[in-house]
Amino acid sequence: MTEHLVFGLYIFMLAAFAGFQIIAKVPPLLHTPLMSATNAISGISLVGSLVAAGGSYGTIATILGVIAVASATINVVGGFLITDRMLKMFRKRPEPGAAGKR
Amino acid sequence: METRELVVQLLYFSAAFLFLLGLRGLGKADTARRGMLYAEIGMLCAVVGTLLHREIITYQWILIGIVVGSTIGTLMGLYIPMTKMPERIALSHAFGGLAVALVGVAEFYRHTHEGVALSTLQMTATGFEVFLGALTFSGSLMAFGKLQGFITGKPVTYPLQNASNVLLLLGTVGGVIFSVVQGSLDPTTQILFYVLSGLGLLLGVLLVLPIGGADMPVVICLLNSYAGLAASATGFALENNALIICGALDGGSGFILAMMMSKAMNRSFSNVLFGAFGKPPEAGAAAAAPTGPAPNEGSVEDAVEVLKAARNIIVVPGYGMAVSQAQHAMRDLANALATSGATVRYAIHPVAGRMPGHMNVLLAEANVPYDQLFDLDQINDDFPQTDVCLVVGANDVVNPAAKTNPASPIYGMPVFNADLAATTIVLKRSMNPGFAGIENELFVKPNTMLVLGDAKKTITSFTQAIKGGGGGMH
Repeated sequence: MTEHLVFGLYIFMLAAFAGFQIIAKVPPLLHTPLMSATNAISGISLVGSLVAAGGSYGTIATILGVIAVASATINVVGGFLITDRMLKMFRKRPEPGAAGKR
Repeated sequence: METRELVVQLLYFSAAFLFLLGLRGLGKADTARRGMLYAEIGMLCAVVGTLLHREIITYQWILIGIVVGSTIGTLMGLYIPMTKMPERIALSHAFGGLAVALVGVAEFYRHTHEGVALSTLQMTATGFEVFLGALTFSGSLMAFGKLQGFITGKPVTYPLQNASNVLLLLGTVGGVIFSVVQGSLDPTTQILFYVLSGLGLLLGVLLVLPIGGADMPVVICLLNSYAGLAASATGFALENNALIICGALDGGSGFILAMMMSKAMNRSFSNVLFGAFGKPPEAGAAAAAPTGPAPNEGSVEDAVEVLKAARNIIVVPGYGMAVSQAQHAMRDLANALATSGATVRYAIHPVAGRMPGHMNVLLAEANVPYDQLFDLDQINDDFPQTDVCLVVGANDVVNPAAKTNPASPIYGMPVFNADLAATTIVLKRSMNPGFAGIENELFVKPNTMLVLGDAKKTITSFTQAIKGGGGGMH
């Protein structure tokens, strides 16, 4: 148990540090896509929800799990879609005649 | 380690690696989309890995959840207009918090129901997970309500607000510690756990309540950070490293952005962490203004004359541009001005709008190439050599009081030197002060021309006059 805690803390520290370095380099231009992207990535809690919804732990756990799966999926699917939609709009030079599609 | 377990762990490992690569791609606009593709593949790995999990017995409920979530997610992803991005982000933090909190509750419920005690680590992690998840959920819904206008955008304050919030926070943390010490099977813990979830919800509401509209960028970033920390706590509870890593990335990202935003508003970060910000300045600043000189109001024709003569133009957009959806009209005006030989650049303040990067996204949507968008540091020295600074619905970010008046509540906040341009044209809906409720000296300066009215309409008539007039009318 203690082993996992210590191990987990190391992982947390290293990931937070790596993330800090990477994210600090994201230009303000892309801050909204960044938020949207980390939001999609945080939909990783889907991993926990799937186990709650798919394991046989009783009705209540299943119901909570299904709601959790749906919420997390909204973030994953919606988050990635919207991030890509935004990033598609960022271009260097206006293409002649290409009106921004919505 | 059996083969299946090994495959699962390798998939999680790949997911974490791909997420890091994906975020790294966001460092540049050209590589961003490819980066997101990596992140999407990473997510697929994580989900497949989880579905191989031994504890998953039935897939029908999972399928229902995924279908419902995908449908809503797709609809939101495809149809939400870019002007509603802050609301969308706030709402998705709410979903994220909800998912995490529910996983924690389900986990606790299942263990106590089966009479199996949670380990100390699991109990601690689950406690914080549910508390942070609940706080993120209700806090984000509050932020959404404020952005959407369901709840007043003004700060709601009452006596001893911060003291009571801090007490509540300490009480909740104390509650989590108590539960851990007593163990998950203790009858008190079994009730206390659900009380703590409720306290998390309550605290989320109370923390966002005193925050005004203009401070939303910081709050949204903080909620992002909380959502990430909650996900990390889930990782500790479920002993899942992929979750710990993603949570740390998400938490770190929100934290950095919140720091950048608070720096751009010249607020100390501890001030932000305790939610003790967004208080409107009391009397002092507002009282002095009416005695000042009257603003120099100009007509569309006056402004067009100035714009036509200008070679070097900087546009400073603000939340007003988003409100009046003027980004497309602005692009047309900039194109018309560029056709007649002027250089048009955009100066974007970190806290312009309601979330980090809000203005960039709006202008990108209007097909403005991103090499025309400049940050504060990149462009601020160029204002003295600028013929016209066109301020579109921005206020506090161009207020010279931040540089000159130590009594001003925004003193010290880095602002654009819009007052140093040869002429400044300010497009404003009305004479009301900005969201921070502070008078703006820029508006009454002799070389400032104020054009009142809806920004989109005003800009459109500028464009028509410049395109159609062409000088032949005189």
